[in-house]
Amino acid sequence: MSTENFDRNGYLNMELLRFTTAGSVDDGKSTLIGRLLYDSKSIFQDQMEAIEKASIQKGEEQVNLALLTDGLRSEREQGITIDVAYRYFSTPKRKFIIADTPGHIQYTRNMVTGASTANLAIILVDARKGIVEQTHRHSFIASLLQIPHIVVCINKMDLADWDQETYENIVAEYKAFASRLKVKDISFIPISALKGDNVVTRSENMSWYDGPTLLYLLETIHIGSDHNHIDCRFPVQTVIRPQKTEFHDYRGFAGRIASGVFKKGDKVMALPSGFTSNIKSIDTFDGELDQAFAPMSVTITLEDEIDISRGDMLVRENNVPQISQDIELMICWMSEKPLVLNGKYALLHTSKECRCIIKDIKYKIDINTLHRNESDRTIGLNDIGRISIRTTAPLFFDSYSKNRITGSIIIIDEATNETVGAGMII
Amino acid sequence: MDYNLTHLKELESESIFILREVASQFENPVLLFSGGKDSIVCLHLARKAFYPANVPFTLLHVDTGHNFPEAIEFRDLLVEKYNLRLVVASVQDAIDKGVVVEEKGYNASRNRLQTVPLLEAIESNKFDAAIGGARRDEEKARAKERFFSHRDEFGQWDPKNQRAELWNLFNGKKHMGEHFRVFPISNWTEMDVWQYIFQEQIELPELYFSHKRRVFERDGQWLAECDYIPRKPHEEVVEKIVRFRTVGDMTCTGAVESIASSLEDIIQEVASSRTTERGTRADDKRSEAAMEDRKKQGYF
Repeated sequence: MSTENFDRNGYLNMELLRFTTAGSVDDGKSTLIGRLLYDSKSIFQDQMEAIEKASIQKGEEQVNLALLTDGLRSEREQGITIDVAYRYFSTPKRKFIIADTPGHIQYTRNMVTGASTANLAIILVDARKGIVEQTHRHSFIASLLQIPHIVVCINKMDLADWDQETYENIVAEYKAFASRLKVKDISFIPISALKGDNVVTRSENMSWYDGPTLLYLLETIHIGSDHNHIDCRFPVQTVIRPQKTEFHDYRGFAGRIASGVFKKGDKVMALPSGFTSNIKSIDTFDGELDQAFAPMSVTITLEDEIDISRGDMLVRENNVPQISQDIELMICWMSEKPLVLNGKYALLHTSKECRCIIKDIKYKIDINTLHRNESDRTIGLNDIGRISIRTTAPLFFDSYSKNRITGSIIIIDEATNETVGAGMII
Repeated sequence: MDYNLTHLKELESESIFILREVASQFENPVLLFSGGKDSIVCLHLARKAFYPANVPFTLLHVDTGHNFPEAIEFRDLLVEKYNLRLVVASVQDAIDKGVVVEEKGYNASRNRLQTVPLLEAIESNKFDAAIGGARRDEEKARAKERFFSHRDEFGQWDPKNQRAELWNLFNGKKHMGEHFRVFPISNWTEMDVWQYIFQEQIELPELYFSHKRRVFERDGQWLAECDYIPRKPHEEVVEKIVRFRTVGDMTCTGAVESIASSLEDIIQEVASSRTTERGTRADDKRSEAAMEDRKKQGYF
């Protein structure tokens, strides 16, 4: 952003878009990220100097933009990305958070992690190779994690003679495959990350393409409907009770609205008790609000004294989530120790913590072919499968496809305390 | 009705969520406070998160003895104003006790030495979570940090074996003697912090605004004249109009020439800057993995 067009008010009113990029060592992912950062002037001189120095030390001929994203010593040594790295850039319209995830098969867990908070996924396809196994894998994960928007970038068009037919064939093949996935919004863009065509500036080499550039799409794609503003869900994080005379009887329920719109005066129901009351006030440090919506962090007070604590949820009487101890879910396994049938684990869901037992493993999914394997039910590291669990206390949940916050859980190994599974409720 | 939040509102909401998770999941959390802008923003967010109750965290300052006096004054002012509890861990004490040894030479810095008194304060006060203002955009090792970052019983960070962090579910489970570092403003950039300070009209130490100061040049940086840095014969002290983009130790924090005297000026300057704020920090320039190495040992 240059000083000349700096508009203070405009900048203060930017929106936030979180996206994830998945790709392997040589499909140009790092080059693409480097290009977005570089062309939006988000790479600074000292960062550039640092990677120039590192590139020379490694004996590389060109400045290796991948060194920008590979932050750990072992990553630079091996030339691979091990862990999710977060990158930031902004244009006058939006601020972007990139969850840059490695694409190797063994790092499915990182892709799932990066995808869990993303509104949009960029999937890179090498124009010379077309749709490969990895494209299937990335797309499946994006669909499983219900990322609302997918942008398929057909990259390296410069090495495919900027050929329209090559592009059209890949688009057709992808669409045929994607019909089996649950994706709401897919766009396609022919690009050359290396030369910059259709990344930030329009390509002169592909006049046959009349769609938006990647950056334009990222800046304008409609994200206003990505949050669920219908089903009111307020998981209580903590109870605020100031020990001050002026707020003597104050009991506020603090949390971040998972979905829906809460208004002052609304009748709400507390789960699990089922008691109802009306919203007396929606408080923030900056004053009371008449209404609040996802993903705002607020404090709600009620007209009546009812017993509510962390792990409880405020909802509307006529729109309650499912309440059950028996839950069906898709699980992505993140530990080298495989999932144990009948094993017991700790579980986190919204602000609630309890324990669960693995009752059944239904099938494992081959993430390349989407085939359901019912004969091999070992869920090991980076495997995805469908399971049933029973929890020690009822959960108040929605299906993940309806609500990414109230539909997601993590499973924790009670011996090591590590997060071993990411679950999406069916 | 338009149900969109601005990026600053969304970042604020995320940070408040994290701070409330810390208060709920840990017994004895502490807020690392340096008097720099990022920790000032964290404190501001903590006041918002628990309003109308008081901030439920103790403040911990690791005092290198080489701080800018303005930063210390400002720290004490805030502690009094908001009725906070402050614990100071002193690097000088650690040197006097012989648990750490002062570096020698012209570029000697106490920056690295902070790790020992920090870990000792965490252990002796039984703090189980230490909240810090580190951001992922600052430095490439920090780009790999989690919001909830696990530390073993030696206070070490194992970057290759970090817990997966998904959705808004934060796993703060740990064994006895282990602790967590928590970074509520992980997703903020330098620009976001300045925009937010402007939006919220948060008070800052004068160091951040342009002022006259006696400085000398070393390795392309303007360092403040002070008793803690021995000067080489050719290093001449001159008076300049400067400000600081970050506030660390006097020995390793460079000033930039600047006439930015208001928050709006600073935002303009940050917007057109071609270097990152850590570019003014000699502690990061020691090697390519300087930050990663310090962090593994238990640094901020």
